[in-house]
Amino acid sequence: MAPSSLLKAALIGNPNSGKTSLFNQLTGLNQKIGNFPGVTVDKKTGISKIVGSQQAEIIDLPGTYSLYPKSADEQVVMDYLFDAFLKATPDFLIVVIDASTLERNLLLFTQVRDLGFPVILALNMLDLAERDGKKIDIPKLINKLNVPVVPINARTGEGIEQIKFAMACPVHNPPERYLKPVELAPSVVPAIKEHMKIDNDYMALLLAHQYQGMLSLSEYDKSAIDSIVKENQFQSTSIQSSETLKRYDLIRKIIKDTISTPVVLTDKGRLSERIDKVLTHKVYGFAIFFAVLFVMFQAIFAWAQYPMDLIDGLIGFLKQAVQSILPAGSLTDLLTEGLLAGLGGVLIFIPQIAILFGFIAVLEETGYMSRVMYIMDKVMRQFGLSGKSVVPLISGVACAVPAIMATRSIDNWKERLITILVTPFMSCSARIPVYTVLIALVIPSKNILGIFNLQGMVMMALYLLGFLAAILSALILHWILRSKERGYFIMELPTYKMPRWKNVGVAIVEKVKAFVFEAGKVILAISIVLWVLASYGPKEDMQEAKIMGQQEALAKQYTVVETENYIASKKLEASYAGHFGKFIEPVIKPIGFDWKIGIALITSFAAREVFIGTMATIYSIGDQAGETDSVVQKMRNEKDSQTGTAFYTVARSLSLLIFYVFAMQCMSTLAVVYRETKTWKWPIVQFVFMTAVAYVSSFVVYSFFK
Amino acid sequence: MTKAQKSVADLKPGEKGTVCCFKDEVMSLKFLEMGCLPGSEVELSHRAPFGDPICIRVGGYALSMRLKEASTIMLID
Repeated sequence: MAPSSLLKAALIGNPNSGKTSLFNQLTGLNQKIGNFPGVTVDKKTGISKIVGSQQAEIIDLPGTYSLYPKSADEQVVMDYLFDAFLKATPDFLIVVIDASTLERNLLLFTQVRDLGFPVILALNMLDLAERDGKKIDIPKLINKLNVPVVPINARTGEGIEQIKFAMACPVHNPPERYLKPVELAPSVVPAIKEHMKIDNDYMALLLAHQYQGMLSLSEYDKSAIDSIVKENQFQSTSIQSSETLKRYDLIRKIIKDTISTPVVLTDKGRLSERIDKVLTHKVYGFAIFFAVLFVMFQAIFAWAQYPMDLIDGLIGFLKQAVQSILPAGSLTDLLTEGLLAGLGGVLIFIPQIAILFGFIAVLEETGYMSRVMYIMDKVMRQFGLSGKSVVPLISGVACAVPAIMATRSIDNWKERLITILVTPFMSCSARIPVYTVLIALVIPSKNILGIFNLQGMVMMALYLLGFLAAILSALILHWILRSKERGYFIMELPTYKMPRWKNVGVAIVEKVKAFVFEAGKVILAISIVLWVLASYGPKEDMQEAKIMGQQEALAKQYTVVETENYIASKKLEASYAGHFGKFIEPVIKPIGFDWKIGIALITSFAAREVFIGTMATIYSIGDQAGETDSVVQKMRNEKDSQTGTAFYTVARSLSLLIFYVFAMQCMSTLAVVYRETKTWKWPIVQFVFMTAVAYVSSFVVYSFFK
Repeated sequence: MTKAQKSVADLKPGEKGTVCCFKDEVMSLKFLEMGCLPGSEVELSHRAPFGDPICIRVGGYALSMRLKEASTIMLID
């Protein structure tokens, strides 16, 4: 083997086995996230320097307990292995095993071995096993399993060098067949082997079980396997059950000779259980959870402000720099108002997303998140959700895009779908600027009972409203959607551990990347399209707007800057976006909106906070510091053309506020829902439903206050 | 009439039992892969607020499940 050749390896293991920690130890920040073909589950690959100039490309597969997938995450593992099997890559698999639950972890190991892959076994968490009083005889284990076994501590980095050494040596495991698939399915296995032209009994058996769900299998092969399976009356459930039992029989024999287990658990082993008594208590449990939530939201709003201001300032500076370097014209406008504005619209959300996902990563690392799911499950189930829906719903406060991607761990399709559909009701960070402007416009800044700021309370009420909308919609969907599929909540509660900060850091980078690449590109693309729609219009209209604007400005004796801004607002009115705003005016009139708001509603599809920028242009403020304050001021001064009184009445402003709480105005979210559900049906349902809720609520609010 | 067979759902916190069999074959696949097998000793660690889901100790680790799921794991008398 040439010294510079790139070895290929994949990490596979149970959830919580320390697989990701090992991956981070091996690759550092040298990672990239791609997609597995056909699915959106993240494929994490990284490069690891092993020995000398030898490097290895390592793939971190999602955690799974067996090769029988129960969720979208786990399906990826099976599809990857099938593909790897056909292509005879990777060079080897590293199976990460949690030594403290050796028996359960070895199930996956024996399955992987039966597929004939060369295997290195990374034996993690020996310290935990020893704490429980278990002693593992490693030489004996190597002898029994016939593969390299490397004791590691993925938390401290112990054993990482030895893993690298093991990787550098060519891995030649003697072939092992733990299971005899032909005994379980005597006619099916040979038939599938022949059809697929594969020489592995166990892969044939796995295909017989799973051909329907396999993404990498062609329709032709699927129908061929389908007829083989039906012809031979293949009893998938009972065969799978006897396979697992047979494997555990073998594993127990292996373990009996290699491990000495104590009769009773040591006190330390019970520590997690004692912590559970408090954290899952019916009073303290919820109290602690709400306290954690409170701190989390506090952090998002308070800490994120500084980096957000910094990003805002930087984009403003870049815009000015471009404007001063390039001559004024369409291209410069495209760069500043289209591209840079879009880029700013993406970057501005990063601080909040980073902080929120940092918190979530810490909670997951410590094992607390599983307990939150555990205590919330019963409540969430009343609404057709699962305890596992808690993480997506909380994440939705930052951004619905990574939140919807986080639903993949929910194994029941109905619960997952409902979570996907209702998550965008949670008030995301893009709504904050809109809330801020409208609250400043209509809610007086005064204190109630001396301590509570009224504006702050309304802000909180809006979040609560979003949450209630999510929960109640879930309830409605729960009644409407029918599903025969069963939901599992059979889930390991990992022992409590100190968070590994490296993993937290990597998780934050991962989520931010996901946001930038998933949502970011949509936001950027739409910003540019919207810029075109708002800058161009029917030729005569645009010319007329320019001339009229100039004349009117002259008549009103505007300064140069005021004139420019005034013409810009006239042009926007004449542009395609303006035409569209007028086109939808009859529809939005009943909820109190005019064509100007109509334009802002449309441009909000890039990201809701674009509302502010659009309002600034419509009310001819132009680009200047303190945009928000001037928008509020301008909106306050806007007069109703018929009555001559203030246009933004309490009724109208509240109606607009409510509309932004409920309406689905985010292309990125719709795009990610399409990708996760693999059909346009659900994004359309979501769009229609949320818009209807927004429209009706705004109508009620407007009629009531008018 | 004989007394109904006990399931994991009937255990009290701290109480132990031995798994005999499963009532729901499809559900049992998940339990089996999680190492909760016929003959395994299980102990109810605690129940979530409102009594559901529950958490059991099996195979040296904590496994949570909904009550409905737990009621399909039958215990030896």
